[in-house]
Amino acid sequence: MTDSPNVHHYGGDLFEGYPVDTADTAGDQAVTNYTINFGPQHPAAHGVLRLVLELDGEIIERVDPHVGLLHRGTEKLIEYKTYLQALPYFDRLDYCSPLGMEHSYVLAIEKLLDLEVPDRAQYLRVLFAELTRICNHMLNIGSHVMDVGAMTPNLWVFELREDCLNFFERASGARMHSAWFRPGGVHQDVPERLLYDIGEWCEKRLPKLFGDAMSLVIDNRIFKQRNVDIATVSKEDALAWGFSGPMIRGSGIAWDLRKSQPYDAYAKMDFEIPVGTRGDCYDRFMVRVQEVYQSARIILQCINEMPSGPIASLDRKVVPPKRGEMKQSMESLIHHFKLYTEGFHVPAGEVYVATESPKGEFGVYLVSDGSNKPYRCKIRPTAFSHLQAMDMMSKGHMLADTTAIIGAIDVVFGECDR
Amino acid sequence: MAHPAPLIAPRATLAAELKTLLGADLLAHVFTVDEDSITVDRDAIAGVMVALRDNLEYQQMMEIAGVDYPDRPERFEVVYHLLSVTKNHRLRVRVSTDEATPVPTIVPVWPNAGWLEREVFDMYGVLFAGNPDLRRILTDYGFQGHPQRKDFPLTGYTELRYSEEDKRVVYEPVKLAQDFRNFDFMSPWEGADYVLPGDEKAGGTGEAPGKGAPTPMTAAEVKKADEAKAPPPPTPKTTESTTQTGAGAKANIKAAKTSRDGASAKTATKAAKTPATAKAEKAPTKPRAPRKPKAGGDA
Repeated sequence: MTDSPNVHHYGGDLFEGYPVDTADTAGDQAVTNYTINFGPQHPAAHGVLRLVLELDGEIIERVDPHVGLLHRGTEKLIEYKTYLQALPYFDRLDYCSPLGMEHSYVLAIEKLLDLEVPDRAQYLRVLFAELTRICNHMLNIGSHVMDVGAMTPNLWVFELREDCLNFFERASGARMHSAWFRPGGVHQDVPERLLYDIGEWCEKRLPKLFGDAMSLVIDNRIFKQRNVDIATVSKEDALAWGFSGPMIRGSGIAWDLRKSQPYDAYAKMDFEIPVGTRGDCYDRFMVRVQEVYQSARIILQCINEMPSGPIASLDRKVVPPKRGEMKQSMESLIHHFKLYTEGFHVPAGEVYVATESPKGEFGVYLVSDGSNKPYRCKIRPTAFSHLQAMDMMSKGHMLADTTAIIGAIDVVFGECDR
Repeated sequence: MAHPAPLIAPRATLAAELKTLLGADLLAHVFTVDEDSITVDRDAIAGVMVALRDNLEYQQMMEIAGVDYPDRPERFEVVYHLLSVTKNHRLRVRVSTDEATPVPTIVPVWPNAGWLEREVFDMYGVLFAGNPDLRRILTDYGFQGHPQRKDFPLTGYTELRYSEEDKRVVYEPVKLAQDFRNFDFMSPWEGADYVLPGDEKAGGTGEAPGKGAPTPMTAAEVKKADEAKAPPPPTPKTTESTTQTGAGAKANIKAAKTSRDGASAKTATKAAKTPATAKAEKAPTKPRAPRKPKAGGDA
């Protein structure tokens, strides 16, 4: 009918007379791989993550995560601040678990100073570190569930997260960036009523609301289809890639720094370490769900056994005196002035202190030259190792699984990029 | 060991095991602040890591940190932190290098070293020979310099803003609205190594210039002397009654006397009377609330 080989006229009356182009589009057969950008502005990226994905159809061939979009030079800034002034930077690393970040830092300073911390301060720190863990897991569980398509549980667990933030506010005055853990103890004591309220919350509201929300998800067919057998990581891989926290426990290794290298009052706490069996996204999710209940258990123990006494070390060369003391004693006034201008000097040396933050091993490598400022403060973020394994974990999976994998990593870019 | 930091039991036989395992590659082994750290030969690092992983059960490499010591001939330290989950122990391994000499990569030993080495490269400019993907990682695309070096300024060299005219983000040299302030808190009598302003001439005492006068007593002596002193008064100094201020009959008599310049105290008070005082004195005094009369009258 026509002289052009690529134009074909259909016989039907609908296309009667219309030329239809059946030529191959460019690259249709030769190269099927293509590259897409996931993020940096993607709601499921949990922040500013840019993934350069190389796809074969919908199958992921290669992942190249680009991090550093939230790099603020925290480590450099810390070198120019006194030890106390550097503390609030830690709140702003992982802004979903601020007190967990502070914990490593204050312990590192105390280790260098060899400073004794009173019992009550240790219990308060453990209590609030566990509350932070619940707060963090609420955010992660909720957003992970939402990333794979469920809306309701997220709204419910955010209620609980809100409760946690209210508790932080009542203790420190700030909902997120508390700066409440201080070298030598905590900043101020909590009201008795707050301990009572946290205890009641852990016994009544948390298990009920959280249990309800999780009952919608845990046995849900769709949720399982999206998570079970996705990004399976063997024990060997988990060790080689430097996994920690729920990521390594999801792979079946019962490794928890709170048990194996106890700090503060954790040695006195009775709790269990949940572990996964298959090492997939579902296991990591379930490890976090179980950790919430274990954290509640630790919190209740803390409240029941909370000793009375000072909430910070009485060493006035490190911990500032009370306002009332300053009215009466010249020496207290001098201590206060010196601590808030010059700060305290930390003996020369170096330590690496890692704690079990909600996301895994959060370490601080602190090098002191004997002055009032850290010579070097290297922060070991949890997300760095986990995100690096994205390539290994996502290879061969579908594009849509990326969100489940990122959700199960529990990544926050304030901490990853520093 | 009073601190509440994570409790790690020391490995008793570690020193001997390291010595036999690493031999000449082990340059130093120190145990300070409850932590083991070893310095090893830079070129042997990959082999050392394999040996530590396979023979001493350090399964995990948690962290690689760079540290900059500009005064040293080899200014950079690359510090690896290893963790043994079976022996429950941590080990710090360090090598030193300079700007030009590359450190052999350990990516074949632990795959997660890839990004950590990239970070050290990005922040310090330490090169890692054999790293398959040694790009910058945390800094901006197209960034120049290595920000964690001690000679890199805190403010950096460029700043960026969104330009309304160009409709894009533009890079400009840093302009500070106020000078960068960095306070120096090193006490001159604790060995600051500079001459205080105005102290330039004080170098003739035989002391090193700028080194403050030595404390005549040692810290222990000062402490002893403080302890020997009488304890401070239990109550703060306050004035509760007139006797503590020196007021009373004696002071009144003294005040009534004519002063040396001739002005009488009485006339002075008269002159100082304000109209309000005069009015108050004229008005009949209100009887005060009945008060229990004190025996003997008041002072």
